[in-house]
Amino acid sequence: MGKTLFEKIWEQHLVTSRPDGTVLLYIDRHLIHEVTSPQAFEGLRMTKRRVRCPELTLATMDHNVPTVDRMNIKDPISKAQIEALTQNCAEFGITLYDLKSDRQGIVHIIGPELGLTLPGTTIVCGDSHTSTHGAFGALAFGIGTSEVEHVLATQCLVQKRPKMFKVEFKGKPKPPVSAKDLILKLIGTIGTAGGTGYVLEYCGEAIRSLSMEARMTICNMSIEAGARAGLIAPDETTFNYIAEGNRPFAPKGKNFEKALAFWKTLPTDPNAKYDREIIIDASQVAPQVTWGTNPGMVTDVTGKVPEPNQVPGYSAKDVEQALAYMGLKAGTPITEIKINTVFIGSCTNSRIEDLRIAAKIFKGRKVAKNVQVLVVPGSQQVRKQAEAEGLDQILKAAGCEWREAGCSMCLGMNPDQLKPGERAASTSNRNFEGRQGKGGRTHLVSPEMAAAAAIEGHFVDIRNWKMG
Amino acid sequence: MEAFKSHRGLIATLDTANVDTDQIIAKQFLKSIKKTGFGEHVFYDWRFSPDGKPNPEFPLNQDRFRGASILVARNNFGCGSSREHAVWAVHQYGFKAVIAPWKESNGLRIPGFADIFRSNSTKNGLLTVELSEVEVEEIFQMVNRYKGLEATINLEEQRVTLNLPEEISFHFEIDQSIKEHLVRGLDEIEQTLQHENAIKAFESRHNLQFG
Repeated sequence: MGKTLFEKIWEQHLVTSRPDGTVLLYIDRHLIHEVTSPQAFEGLRMTKRRVRCPELTLATMDHNVPTVDRMNIKDPISKAQIEALTQNCAEFGITLYDLKSDRQGIVHIIGPELGLTLPGTTIVCGDSHTSTHGAFGALAFGIGTSEVEHVLATQCLVQKRPKMFKVEFKGKPKPPVSAKDLILKLIGTIGTAGGTGYVLEYCGEAIRSLSMEARMTICNMSIEAGARAGLIAPDETTFNYIAEGNRPFAPKGKNFEKALAFWKTLPTDPNAKYDREIIIDASQVAPQVTWGTNPGMVTDVTGKVPEPNQVPGYSAKDVEQALAYMGLKAGTPITEIKINTVFIGSCTNSRIEDLRIAAKIFKGRKVAKNVQVLVVPGSQQVRKQAEAEGLDQILKAAGCEWREAGCSMCLGMNPDQLKPGERAASTSNRNFEGRQGKGGRTHLVSPEMAAAAAIEGHFVDIRNWKMG
Repeated sequence: MEAFKSHRGLIATLDTANVDTDQIIAKQFLKSIKKTGFGEHVFYDWRFSPDGKPNPEFPLNQDRFRGASILVARNNFGCGSSREHAVWAVHQYGFKAVIAPWKESNGLRIPGFADIFRSNSTKNGLLTVELSEVEVEEIFQMVNRYKGLEATINLEEQRVTLNLPEEISFHFEIDQSIKEHLVRGLDEIEQTLQHENAIKAFESRHNLQFG
């Protein structure tokens, strides 16, 4: 019987099987950042252990960094965390892209940018959105700090083999419907725990038609469906992305040719078996907007805020609690929800393509009165590229704030936070209570939907709206 | 790591599904570079009102749950962010175990806990117990009926027993690797380092450049 992409990568990274049914899986790339690594390094020091493969470990600062005046961190605790990472990397010999580096950025943005993220590799990071890298056909997943310490010490992880879930998007999304809408639609369909215990493999005509940036948006949110990892088989789009651009860690010349031959062996064989399958018609997907306090609480832009007893998979009590937190009344059309903040950024939607889309919509227009718009590029490279293309000028002329790279308002660990009661259209990945700031209300949308909402001051069905 | 064999303690109930790790430990507490001091911040935004006073509505602020060491919640506990700080917070607050129901949806079993949370719990000696929705509902009802209800969780026997005159007990399934890890209180890194030869052999045949 044929093998899935996942099975091939899994088997190629098996170090040994353990008697209890778990395996030791070898890790090719370990990405670390300031928030989930300090306790792991402390553990190494206490047990007098070393970092086994510092050359396979790469660090950056992203979660708590300010996006204005970033060399001058005012919060002493944030500063101490940044300093701890600097010191730990120096002590253990790990390459660090710090705030002075033009390669700094959100860890899941810089991995692909640097050419570190390659098909057929295993990649882990102490961050649940590590699933992003699966867009390249890499088995990539988030881990906790104890596991960060384990990988630092052994370059391996103890893992139980997950099940495989095939997610086929047939047909093509009709622009301006985009990747974000497809993944939100999936999460709304299977629920936030529907993928728990599985690796999702996305396939179908829609996926093949998407750029690498858009594929990363899809894989990024696998964890919002409960799946630790999402995968997309590498193809010409993938190979071209790796070959183009300035990617210092990507193989070059003869090595590239050898790698390419190997990458082409990775896609799932025709007769391989999955544990579960679902088909979604991408051509029928409408722009999506979340109305509740988790990414599964989502509906079409043409929909209404639901009645508490009419949401499959949620108890009336859960929906009532969500609506109370969100300050929404059942029956309100989504397009009547007014917003006062727009966040364009995060590892879900802060790549150059996302900023180009936003700039196209903002060009020659103005942000609505009383709406604040933050545009936070995912990396300093994205920022530089956007500035070279003049996107920053367009965005600033429209009234957007143009910031420096980091996770920013996606999780509000830095000063970019919603205030109680503020309502945001956000291109990020989580609408949990308090996620973007205590009492803040988040609606997850695509960059297209966020930009349109910024201009109109409320959500609009971008299919019937002049996109610019 | 401290071993977990059996534990008896007071039950606290939290009648919410999809409790995410942002809720368990809010972002402002992730800046610490230490592994301790998280317990007092657990469920911060639910436990405390905007003025900083304890919210009397929140179960853990109620007298009947003071000193609880077993937390019972609804499905998909610990979803979202991979932050292990969430497990440290629950554990350091005093909980030794969390119980959540698996549920059935279209003939499929939806686990009671998010994957990363469960894995992080195991590494820290916090037991996650999955029961059926009916069983968890029964615990909720019994806790409402009997103030101060305690339970005994025997991991070796895979059994949760409500300490009532008329004993109610539930068998639970658990991954054998997790059970062994907890019962023996193993140091996973130490175990892996014993496979040094296998790791070295793997590294010599594995071409990192090409995966």
